[in-house]
Amino acid sequence: MNLTVNGESRGFDGAPNVAALVEALGLDVRKVAVERNLEIVPRSAYAATNLSDGDRIEIVHFIGGG
Amino acid sequence: MDGSVHTEDTWTVAGRTFRSRLIVGTGKYKDYAENAAAAEAAGAEIVTVALRRVNLSDPNQPMLVDYVKPDRFTFLPNTAGCYTGEDAVRLLRLAREAGGWDLVKLEVLSNTKHLLPDMEETLRALKLLVADGFQVMVYCSDDPVYAKKLEDAGAVAIMPLGAPIGSGRGIQNLLNLGLIVEQSTVPVLVDAGVGTASDAAVAMEIGCDAVLMNTAIAEARDPIRMARAMKHAVIAGREAFLAGRMPKRMYADPSSPLTGLI
Repeated sequence: MNLTVNGESRGFDGAPNVAALVEALGLDVRKVAVERNLEIVPRSAYAATNLSDGDRIEIVHFIGGG
Repeated sequence: MDGSVHTEDTWTVAGRTFRSRLIVGTGKYKDYAENAAAAEAAGAEIVTVALRRVNLSDPNQPMLVDYVKPDRFTFLPNTAGCYTGEDAVRLLRLAREAGGWDLVKLEVLSNTKHLLPDMEETLRALKLLVADGFQVMVYCSDDPVYAKKLEDAGAVAIMPLGAPIGSGRGIQNLLNLGLIVEQSTVPVLVDAGVGTASDAAVAMEIGCDAVLMNTAIAEARDPIRMARAMKHAVIAGREAFLAGRMPKRMYADPSSPLTGLI
């Protein structure tokens, strides 16, 4: 399955949900927020949110800013 | 003790009360450790933060929240880099999910050269955010007319620039800023343009509720020392405002009696 994650095209085995995707990318689920096809995915819904081929995913976190 | 009266001097925004009147940014520092030390030295209780894509190629790189901790500081997510209301709403919805905070800093900029706010778009974005349940502190131009429109639209704080972001030129239009302070019933903060301690003191002396700065501390030769200087400047300016300055006179007025001279 192919996803676009933060603008990069990436292939994944099987059909992961959001929780599995975040874990596969080595990210701490408590420190990021996820958007799927321009819709916020609440943290409580990561495991229940299945991804589909071609989904556009944004994963963001807080960085320094003014 | 020393005979003077000390009452706790706090300010409140969107129902949250703070003692420190200095908000600091978290950008441009050498590293997050220096950033955290500067925020501590400034005595800040609120820090601004940005929201950006995680680095997928290096998920183990240092993260802001490991140094500047959300349980120590109130995070104020910003919309830096947004040029439309829709961009700002999208970003802040993610920020709300990432941190659970609804207190946010809206800035909608016009172009990358001067980074001055696009006020028409800022006002439109504010209305979208208020309708979505956000508590919005608004970065704006030093225009009292637009400042009033922002307040009427539900801004919880008005944050006019002193000068362009990162310019360090100090407060360019004290007259306008004074009008904004006078007319506003929500907190007014100078956001952007502070270059050194006296700029922060001036903002507080004219009655601003707080000052927000980033570059003035981060780009000082010794950021920690400058953070401390800013802390003192904000306190000094606030105290001077509360004390009530003497009137300005055209001519001298001797401090020692002119009578009884030998």
